[in-house]
Amino acid sequence: MTTILESLNRGLRTCLEESDRVYVIGEDVLDPYGGAFKVTRGLSTDYPEHVITTPVSEAGIVGVGVGMALRGLFPVIEIMFGDFISLTVDQLINHAAKFRWMSNDQVRVPLVVRTPMGGRRGYGPTHSQSLEKHLLGAPGLRVVAATALGDAGELLRKAVLEDEDPVLFLEHKVLYAKPIIAHDELSDFEVDVSDDPYPTYRLRIAGAPTPVITLTAYGYSAELAREAVKRLAYEHEIFSDLIVPTHLSPFELSDLFSAVRQTKRLLTVEEGTMTLGWGAEVIARALEELGAGLHAQRVAAGDMPIPAAGLLETAVLPQVEDIIEAAVALSEAN
Amino acid sequence: MSRPDNAAFYRRMLRIRRFEETVLDLFPRGLFYGTTHTYIGQEANAVGVLAWLREGDIVVSNHRCHGHFLAYGGSMRSLAAELMGRSTGVCGGRGGSQHIQWRDFYANGILGGTVPMAAGMASTEKLKEGDKMVFSFMGDGTLGEGVVYETLNIAALGAFPILFIVENNRYAQSTPTRLNLAGEIPDRFKAFGIPVESIDSTDVVEIHEAIEPMLKYVREKNGPAAFVVHTYRFAPHSKGDDSRDPEEIARYRTKDPLPIQAERLEEANQREIQESVEMEVADAFEQAESDPAAEPASLTSPLGKSQ
Ligand SMILES: Cc1ncc(C[n+]2csc(CCOP(=O)(O)OP(=O)(O)O)c2C)c(N)n1
Ligand SMILES: [Mg+2]
Repeated sequence: MTTILESLNRGLRTCLEESDRVYVIGEDVLDPYGGAFKVTRGLSTDYPEHVITTPVSEAGIVGVGVGMALRGLFPVIEIMFGDFISLTVDQLINHAAKFRWMSNDQVRVPLVVRTPMGGRRGYGPTHSQSLEKHLLGAPGLRVVAATALGDAGELLRKAVLEDEDPVLFLEHKVLYAKPIIAHDELSDFEVDVSDDPYPTYRLRIAGAPTPVITLTAYGYSAELAREAVKRLAYEHEIFSDLIVPTHLSPFELSDLFSAVRQTKRLLTVEEGTMTLGWGAEVIARALEELGAGLHAQRVAAGDMPIPAAGLLETAVLPQVEDIIEAAVALSEAN
Repeated sequence: MSRPDNAAFYRRMLRIRRFEETVLDLFPRGLFYGTTHTYIGQEANAVGVLAWLREGDIVVSNHRCHGHFLAYGGSMRSLAAELMGRSTGVCGGRGGSQHIQWRDFYANGILGGTVPMAAGMASTEKLKEGDKMVFSFMGDGTLGEGVVYETLNIAALGAFPILFIVENNRYAQSTPTRLNLAGEIPDRFKAFGIPVESIDSTDVVEIHEAIEPMLKYVREKNGPAAFVVHTYRFAPHSKGDDSRDPEEIARYRTKDPLPIQAERLEEANQREIQESVEMEVADAFEQAESDPAAEPASLTSPLGKSQ
């Protein structure tokens, strides 16, 4: 069994092995500590020249990464908590995402910024958020999300070594400890994987009748959605398929569209707050693509900060039960 | 203002120490949400500095806020309740360990982000021609954040009544200052013409006295000043995450602020204080534990009604 954490760690190691242009940079990334969530553990011991610890200067280190990337290196910056991405936004939007285009395509910015989003750990309002919606759709910035359905480390390796553009690489605190799911162990599901560099996964209950609802989710929310798909089938006899993209932005939803073309019912699930979120854009695009007759609904976090106390946090963040409830309602919509 | 007597200093520090030790002891029981940053080892800073607090003065704290909060006069029970996610918590369970607001005390978990806010509060005092001042705490690691220097510039230009207190515990999480801090800490303030006093001490009385000139400077409306305390934290950064050399920790433990202060008291007096603090801490956690959990029905919209 390989956890997402181990996979990411291995992915970084592979990058360091394969290219001496790779630099892993971030706060507290050195051994023995190996990063706040231990994603970089062991790397500074084996690649001391290529793993750089930094002051607590998120804006500065992302900006330094932009400069390194513009001059031919492959920096991979760790932002300790996704919540701190807000401190780096100017560097991402006005520098990293602009230079290729602004220079008339003369230059490239092969920068990766990785960070764990997500709550469910009781860390409270400034250490639990999923802030990616504020960066989805920023022209020139790619956003990729790791999932338990694939090799997260390989996904990261592609972002670092094979993508010439800036990538915001999303991890999730709860996902770290989860095992990567081998598809042949997913006895309940049939899985299709698209052959894109950042693939989309399509799941449906093995041997079930034609799905009547399409769910879509990424990151850890895809795990909740997968649980919901199972329970919808076994407890409610509602059959659904689940589309899990890893490439969030720019939006490329053809696999989702082909699923929704069959079901005409689309449920989006995300851990970010609902208003103007990922699901809103996905549904808008599905509507433009498929036209009238689409029924859609979003499950997302409540539009408020994330409280620390357990019952409160649970109430604000989407749970499997919320997904099931929304799916049941959607299955009845006409 | 008369300075607290030795017994009061000792009691205030012991309250923080025993509160924090209890938090660490109880964590494995699953009573608390999230994580916590304890103040064990640094008690003399909050107690020595905030003994100068006057009614209405403002304290701006950070992720390591329990000690500042208790020294400010915050209630142990409501802090314990906050960590346990109870409705009686300082912030009704919404904030947890590092997001505490009560009266004129404010803390937030984003490093550096609180510093301009603190300057804004000081600016308000100046605009209102009030006589309050702001105590703004930050760690050595927080000096990495650029917004701190924007703030020093703004506060110096505006001559805001704010005292910046840097608690240099020689580490930011796992990173020793030699790996993340170029130059000398006081020079960062001097560059903006902000007077600064430094002390390498865990003696609450020494710290209390050393800050006095800076405090007077701010109170007399000359503008911002800074105070740097070289100190040490004895416990992990948060809970289980300590990669420091155990010998180094042991060396600093010999300068534990509590025994230093205890020595100034009769043994009987020490024991009496210890017993009463023990009871206070036990009561606080017991009461907090029996308080009702914060209920989702208590969650309000993050914006008030627009007019
Ligand atoms: C903007 C931001 N970056 C990173 C962190 C994570 N973090 C929390 S405490 C800490 C170290 C802070 O060091 P210092 O300022 O010296 O305070 P200390 O913990 O030593 O009291 C870090 C990096 C954070 N909370 N906010
Ligand atoms: Mg420190």
